[in-house]
Amino acid sequence: MLDDFFSRALVAGIGLALVTGPLGCFVVWRRMSYFGDTMAHSALLGVALAILLNLNMTIGVFAVAALVAGALLLLQRQGGLSTDALLGILSHSTLAVGLVLVGFLSGVRIDLMGFLFGDILAVSALDIAVIYGGGLAILGLLVAFWRPLLASTVSPELAEAEGLRPEASRILLMVLMASVIAIAMKLVGVLLITSLLIIPAATARRLSATPEHMAVAASLLGALAVVGGLFGSRQWDTASGPSIVVAALLLFTLSLAVPVRHLLARRSQQESQA
Amino acid sequence: MDARAAKENLITLSGVGVERGGRWLVRGIDLAIRRGEIVTLIGPNGSGKSTTAKVATGVLKPSAGTVERKAGLRIGYVPQKLMIDWTLPLTVERLMTLTGRYDGREIAAALEAVGAVGLRRAAVQDLSGGEFQRVLFARAMIRQPDLLVLDEPVQGVDFSGEVALYDLIKEIRDRTRAGILMISHDLHVVMADTDTVICLNGHVCCTGTPDLVARSPEYLRLFGGRAAQTLAIYQHHHDHEHTDDGTIAPGHHDHHDHGAHSHAG
Repeated sequence: MLDDFFSRALVAGIGLALVTGPLGCFVVWRRMSYFGDTMAHSALLGVALAILLNLNMTIGVFAVAALVAGALLLLQRQGGLSTDALLGILSHSTLAVGLVLVGFLSGVRIDLMGFLFGDILAVSALDIAVIYGGGLAILGLLVAFWRPLLASTVSPELAEAEGLRPEASRILLMVLMASVIAIAMKLVGVLLITSLLIIPAATARRLSATPEHMAVAASLLGALAVVGGLFGSRQWDTASGPSIVVAALLLFTLSLAVPVRHLLARRSQQESQA
Repeated sequence: MDARAAKENLITLSGVGVERGGRWLVRGIDLAIRRGEIVTLIGPNGSGKSTTAKVATGVLKPSAGTVERKAGLRIGYVPQKLMIDWTLPLTVERLMTLTGRYDGREIAAALEAVGAVGLRRAAVQDLSGGEFQRVLFARAMIRQPDLLVLDEPVQGVDFSGEVALYDLIKEIRDRTRAGILMISHDLHVVMADTDTVICLNGHVCCTGTPDLVARSPEYLRLFGGRAAQTLAIYQHHHDHEHTDDGTIAPGHHDHHDHGAHSHAG
């Protein structure tokens, strides 16, 4: 089944979507989407450094994304600039430094478009092994630490007072995000990775009543977007990575038709009382 | 429960101080919380109430002094003003198991105890302020804590809701014999059932029963004579019913002796 490139792309994409779904829920709940973008943009710098230092590319990308997350934590603690401004600086400067470095690597031929937008049709059987191995590890950690992760998302103060460690949860989430970015870069590229985190999760919100439902729904919706996008790209001969994002966007648009029960009525009622 | 267990010491702070960046946030704090007792920390913003509570619960390590905590002390926490984003789908039922695993019967019993059993399947975003506060109490109580920490429990709740919550706190204390540590920025209103009021301003400026603190010269110096004149103490009369949605059945409010009540703003 893994003989032809299209099947490999499907299997790889579905594997990735199953992981980005639940992780993406945390990105949405904790309002970390810009943060995710920043880590993803730094992936190109990771690629350049990996080539320079002759390292494995996945490891290089993971290391740089994790370093950027750590740098942000330190800068936040120091105070001064807002997180928003810090993210803007880190996001664009890592991307720019990465692009400049890639330019210096004159001896190596680099498919820049492939890194920016991904090339899911070029995944190998080894890539699939990395996606499923890494993906299983990420999902396993999410399941094992689900309760503390969720509790510290709802209220860090509460989690801390009741004996959990919200700071550790935060660091775990950053490490997981860096891992997902490292395994996803080849498939959808640094510019589109966060869309697979955010769009399926946002789509799942209206269809879910509990956090667990939302995580599972996001996985399934992400997988559906991968399938739809890949078949669409074959049908109309469009770029595969962007086609997946477009399919995810279509699903999201459809989900807007699902009404948000009670919420609006209750909100306006409370506001009029206030 | 025998008298000795009722007086069991949960937490004792002796000479505790917390230093951050060369500045003492609090210093020289002595305080003890016993089972079945209500301790209220009051003080202006930045007086170190939260810091003191965090040292008591073990979240912060003190820079000076000692903390003795009962081995295996279980803490239930009711946070100050919890905003849950709409993007996070959370029912009351799911909120109950946020930090631990409990079965359906335990959840029903905890919600029943705060008169919120009908809210079990509701989304937390749909609750009114008073309902949500009750659900948060139930969530903290389902852990069967030895110590219940309440961070500004009546903030943002209207007056009748405030009275109802004070009743609920007393009821919880009487039923579970948990120790209660309450943080309040409201200098003028202290629950009558408080055993010890600790008035903080970087240090313990006065401590004692509500009556005693209201008359103490340190309290007068810190908050002024007018504040002391308006220090109101709630009395409790159990002559009303809590309805499912968390309100008190109407027509009973006048039974509450709330004295000259005013807020600092």
